[in-house]
Amino acid sequence: MMRLPDFRYRAPRTVEDAAAWLAEEPATAMLVAGGTDLLPNMKRRQQTPTTLIGLRSVATLGEIANGDGLSIGAGVTLSQLINDPRVRAGYPGLYQAAAQVATPHLRNMGTIGGNLCLDTRCTYYDQNYEWRKSIDFCMKKDGATCWVATSSPKCLAVSSSDTAPMLQALAATVTLVSASGRRVVPLSDFFANDGMQYLTKLPGEVMASVSLPDADGWRSAYWKLRRRGAFDFPVAAAAVAARLDGRRVDDVRIVLGAVASRPLAATKAEALLKGQSLDDEVIAMAAKAAAEIAKPMDNTDFELVWRKKMVHSLVTYALQEVRGDDMRERRVRIARQLL
Amino acid sequence: MTGARKVVGQPRRRVDGRAKVTGQTRFADDIMLPRMLHCRLLRSTVPHARIVRIDTAKAAALEGVHLVLTGESFPIAYGILPVSHDEHALCTDKVRFVGDPVAAVIARDETTAEQAVNLIEVEYEALRTYATPLESLAHPEPRIHDYGDHGNVHKAVSLQFGDVDAALGDADHVFDDVFFFEGNTHLPLEQHASVAVKDPDGKLVLYSSTQTPHYLHRALAKALAMPAAHIRVIATPNGGGFGGKSDPFNHEVVVAKAALILDRPVKICLNREEVFYCHRGRHPVLMRFRTGVTSDGKITGLDLQTLLDGGAYGSYGVASTFYTGALQTVTYDIPKYRFRGCRVFTNKPPCGPKRGHGTPQSRFGQEVQLDKIAERLQKDPAELRLGIVAPPDSLTANYLRIGTIGLADCIRKVVQRSDWTQKFRKLPLGRGVGLACSSYLSGAGMPINWNDLPHSGVQLKLDRSGGVTAFCGATEIGQGSDDVLVAMVAEVLGIDPFDVRAVTGDTDLTPVDLGSYSSRVTLMMGNAAIQAAERAREILATAVSAKLEIPKDRLVFADRRVFDSQDPEKGVTFQEAVIIAETKVGTIGTTGSYKPPKSPALFKGGGVGPSPTYSYTAAVVEVEVDPETGWIAVPRVWIAHDIGCALNPTLVRGQVEGSVYMGIGEALMEEQAFRRLPARLSNALVHKFPSMLEYKSPTSLDMPEIFTDLIEHPDPNGPFGAKEVGQGPLLPIMPAVANAVYDAVGVRVDQVPITPEKILRALQAKADGKPARSGPASFPDIAWPETLHVRPPWEGGDGRASNEPERKSRRKAEAGVEAKVGARS
Repeated sequence: MMRLPDFRYRAPRTVEDAAAWLAEEPATAMLVAGGTDLLPNMKRRQQTPTTLIGLRSVATLGEIANGDGLSIGAGVTLSQLINDPRVRAGYPGLYQAAAQVATPHLRNMGTIGGNLCLDTRCTYYDQNYEWRKSIDFCMKKDGATCWVATSSPKCLAVSSSDTAPMLQALAATVTLVSASGRRVVPLSDFFANDGMQYLTKLPGEVMASVSLPDADGWRSAYWKLRRRGAFDFPVAAAAVAARLDGRRVDDVRIVLGAVASRPLAATKAEALLKGQSLDDEVIAMAAKAAAEIAKPMDNTDFELVWRKKMVHSLVTYALQEVRGDDMRERRVRIARQLL
Repeated sequence: MTGARKVVGQPRRRVDGRAKVTGQTRFADDIMLPRMLHCRLLRSTVPHARIVRIDTAKAAALEGVHLVLTGESFPIAYGILPVSHDEHALCTDKVRFVGDPVAAVIARDETTAEQAVNLIEVEYEALRTYATPLESLAHPEPRIHDYGDHGNVHKAVSLQFGDVDAALGDADHVFDDVFFFEGNTHLPLEQHASVAVKDPDGKLVLYSSTQTPHYLHRALAKALAMPAAHIRVIATPNGGGFGGKSDPFNHEVVVAKAALILDRPVKICLNREEVFYCHRGRHPVLMRFRTGVTSDGKITGLDLQTLLDGGAYGSYGVASTFYTGALQTVTYDIPKYRFRGCRVFTNKPPCGPKRGHGTPQSRFGQEVQLDKIAERLQKDPAELRLGIVAPPDSLTANYLRIGTIGLADCIRKVVQRSDWTQKFRKLPLGRGVGLACSSYLSGAGMPINWNDLPHSGVQLKLDRSGGVTAFCGATEIGQGSDDVLVAMVAEVLGIDPFDVRAVTGDTDLTPVDLGSYSSRVTLMMGNAAIQAAERAREILATAVSAKLEIPKDRLVFADRRVFDSQDPEKGVTFQEAVIIAETKVGTIGTTGSYKPPKSPALFKGGGVGPSPTYSYTAAVVEVEVDPETGWIAVPRVWIAHDIGCALNPTLVRGQVEGSVYMGIGEALMEEQAFRRLPARLSNALVHKFPSMLEYKSPTSLDMPEIFTDLIEHPDPNGPFGAKEVGQGPLLPIMPAVANAVYDAVGVRVDQVPITPEKILRALQAKADGKPARSGPASFPDIAWPETLHVRPPWEGGDGRASNEPERKSRRKAEAGVEAKVGARS
């Protein structure tokens, strides 16, 4: 089997200790929570930290508390999240996103913080060392060229988190703790559209929690495209949060997943919707505008032209769902399960 | 047999079920031995190159490394087919695909071995890379192998049974269609693993996850230049095989050699990437079907051409090539038939036998074309097929002997159960049903190494304990062969299957069985087991008859007793019967063996296709297709399988459902796909996604509801009439999905996998007024060899090619060597 490289394991009990230990060796230490992303990557030598700072013993990271809306510890597992009645009732889109991550086993281990910091993915990159050697490596790790688009000056690996676009659409913020203090960052500023530098989080920062504003009056929905009903990362996704007055759109946020190196806000589509009645023609217009900004590349499952076209459909389904349409039959066909 | 059957036909818990579900089955990777070392292989990172230099000094110097091996230690080539001994355990002069093994390190643990592997330096001199069959056909030089028909053509064959051109000329309609079936792989959950040990007496023992211990035994003897009698191969239970563990593999030879050199146990367990490189899976096949039909839907003749992408080595490829053309006539009545098949080498992991071996590809083409024929003739596809089902107890145009056929019953059953007539062409846009059929062999009629020896042997040991031990070389790969073995013995001796201990897959302890491939084990091992058990029963009956003074023919063996059929109270327990017999005749042991009937196909190439009996399947698949996006879902499958006789219906249904699962995967998503980089920047040719995450295979959430029916037309050649079930039920699924897509949205996807993108492209083509189809445009011109002409039985043929003797001597004169495969000895 593929073996992990050697590493030292340290287990802090507080976020502050974690941040302090991370500051001791910023270039060689990494945080690990559920390990569902990092450990396979380490086996493939995509990341080779010499120290892992395990967050399992930091009790505060595992709590969900009522804040303005909801404050979710970064170490809360995806299973905990989807079983929390406050999440299901107030943030159905987040429930739908988290419930479609990977498999039950991986959701039992994987955390919300880990899913937000998920490494960007690419079929030229998510391969073992020997395979990557066979293509003389790629820009993201050990090589010079981005094989997805050989003239690209930057890495085009794909943001593949399900919860990130949804939490961004829900206007979530994250609290980051470092040796020098803490700061609160809107999730929209937490990501960068670069496959290598895809987080604005500084190397010494530990994510402590994710905060959601009050859900009162808001509806949300998440639609994910993937080949199978489980396991697969998204290859396109639409996250929608909207405040409606009857059918009239008071406010709306649409964020696309897995079509760029970061969750992509469809601002033009949002503008088209605001103040409008959520009728079929309006939805079609917004879906078209949203699909235009999607830039899928040939580095995930499915063909890129079709993925782009599917963005249109996913945004349509999400808007129909927040409008209140009965989407159960469609949902079972796309997601292979009711959500 | 006297009286009702007590075991056969009863749905039973399999004898190895407890060990499997409690985690006690000991797979090869579970074997831990004192002083055991671990092996890792260095694999080529380039697709096609000459090896200029290998420097292993740094690896050998690493602490904890015991041995570094390269191709120099393995000068003798081996392979599964006698005509394709083209593999070395480690590459000697060149590498032929990314993943080809170049060196091996044996170290104290896996991590050290891996570190050392990365210290080995290899210098390559790149050669032209062949990524597709068309490239291989276009460029004969450089050759990937220095054997084969010519250039990079491994094997090309051409056979004709009757005047096909005339048959097509006389037809009311000629249908000419080109199809493509993408390659895919077995994906067993268990990764290949082997442990080699030098016995205290100096002999070699190899534990391995292999489906074919006998062939592995032969290959080791050759590759290691050791007497076979000094080698013991133990096939550990396989965590799935599906054909992927049927070849002798390089890692098996490497650990065997290492254990002999080091006199310490050596283990290897491949990682998932390496399993993708072992491959031997489904050949990508491009095919062209030209079929003549009368206006009432009878086939007048078929002209089939297939082009197989073989990958980098021979493997079973010559057989695979013939199999793409073998079974069409076993399914449907085809009076005249021409088959031309060509396999080429490419720089990719070698293709070989995957469940259905060579037949699913052309089955797809034929069943989709029949759907098109029915459409044009305005006939119901089920009715059309019912009109052309091959006749029972007949000889086909290509000399395959058919016994019983339950295909018509299978078709009627799925039509009735699926409510076909209320659905076909009647469901709303976006929903559809499709039907397809298949046949499959119950064991290859010819062994791989041609000889007149038994294909399967069973030995029984009975003693005063009342227990029975059954020894057989057959290999348990999850299919339930151990259960079949004990069931046959238990049925004949009137005891419970759990009273019989199975000792299987061990070349020292068990008589030869050729292996778990070609759906042969139930039929061949089953017949051998019945023979051995009947001989044991005869010994017991003779002794008990004398002792109790009951005529032998009145004795019944049932319920663990031997008793008088006219006075059931009068009798002894089974254990007492054994004691009586052992007292009388001494130690009791019997044997049974099985050899398939001689085939009437006497032409070169006639060795592929014959079988003691054929299974038949029909399936109806229902699909939902979104006309906007092409998104496809399969909610329901109805399937009926002619099993002859269900020895254990629980196992049979499991095989049917497993086949549907695999078929849905092949139909919708599975592809062994490869990636090239821009040629100006790189020579790379890599497997696109050698991982279980990105190689897509269905999950339980993607599975349809399955309605299974078993049709039982007992065949006299099967044990209690049984036929195969491991492979046949897979075959109709892929074409039935394609036919259902047409019913749902009116477009033809003439290739697998049938993905939403392809469906949508066909829908767009339809909207643009172009042919409503996604599929290959044409079949290339191939320089076929001289056709062998064999007159069908009804034209006075004798099973021989009329032009063969002349051809044989001419070729001999030209080449000096005659390839052995396919030639009747």
